[in-house]
Amino acid sequence: MAKFKKDGGRATPAINTSALPDIVFMLLFFFMVATKMRDKEMKVKTKLPSASEVEKLEKKSRLHYIFVGPPINATYGNTPRVQLNDAFASIDDIQEYITVENSKKDEKEVPYMTTSLKADVTVKMGVITDIKQELRKVNALKLSYTAAKVARKE
Amino acid sequence: MATRKRDIPEINAGSMADIAFLLLVFFLVTTTMDIPNGLQVALPPISEEPPEDSKQKKREVLEVLVNASDQLLVEGAPMTIDKLMQKTVDHLTNEGVNPTLSTTSTKAIVSLKNDRGTSYDMYVQVYNELTAAYNKVRDDYSMQEYGKIYTKLDPARDKEKIKIVKKKFPKKLSEAEPVSIGGDK
Repeated sequence: MAKFKKDGGRATPAINTSALPDIVFMLLFFFMVATKMRDKEMKVKTKLPSASEVEKLEKKSRLHYIFVGPPINATYGNTPRVQLNDAFASIDDIQEYITVENSKKDEKEVPYMTTSLKADVTVKMGVITDIKQELRKVNALKLSYTAAKVARKE
Repeated sequence: MATRKRDIPEINAGSMADIAFLLLVFFLVTTTMDIPNGLQVALPPISEEPPEDSKQKKREVLEVLVNASDQLLVEGAPMTIDKLMQKTVDHLTNEGVNPTLSTTSTKAIVSLKNDRGTSYDMYVQVYNELTAAYNKVRDDYSMQEYGKIYTKLDPARDKEKIKIVKKKFPKKLSEAEPVSIGGDK
């Protein structure tokens, strides 16, 4: 093989790829910094509504998540379901969920806990109203309707 | 390949890219980029007492109703969503000029009522318009008084100013206790 090559004149020089790792590492660091770990497996579809007056939620550790939407797996039908943590739940489970989650936190943080409600655009307000009532019952009064930010149309 | 035998052979770094790619793909798959953005709402605490009589305050309240077909009714008249913000701004900044709207900004209330059949999308849009109206009047007032819009006021340095603007235009966006109007859809 080597002999054959030597005889066959000069081959085109290999492209220098020594900078490739640098480029890839740069991309890697970008993604490490700009993203965060996915920690919940989505069981429901949540196509978020869009709004212009959204505010950024400051601390991720001070959030409870409630997901509402039609199940991703079609065998569960397409009636909107509530998802708490990684599992389907019913409206009645919300009080317990908030209480349990709050008990894991520092007592001082509890009044600052915000509930981030991620609901699909197709969900009817009946479910949302029920969730709001449940949240009021456990005194979780800070709520955030998660929405995609869009510019205001004039 | 090495032709010059004297040199220390170079460490092969060709697979470095592969390793980096592997890590990159791992991070691409396991992480998400969405930063939670949301419309902030303060829910009212549950109280046993019946709500106080609001007969004499009718003028101060801007009634917004959304029915099960996502139609909007503002102060008893149908309206499209793009006019809602201006109407709310008018209501908040009326200062007693128009006899059907509020007397002063500090007393003005916006009441939002929705049906169980209203879509969440529509509700968020309406809520967004109302929030936008509040933000606009606060921005305008702050601009006029301090030459800076409300959202640009520094929470540390301009604490007093923020307080004054908030007092001038308190966010009294009340949501009715759930009732069913217009039937389910």
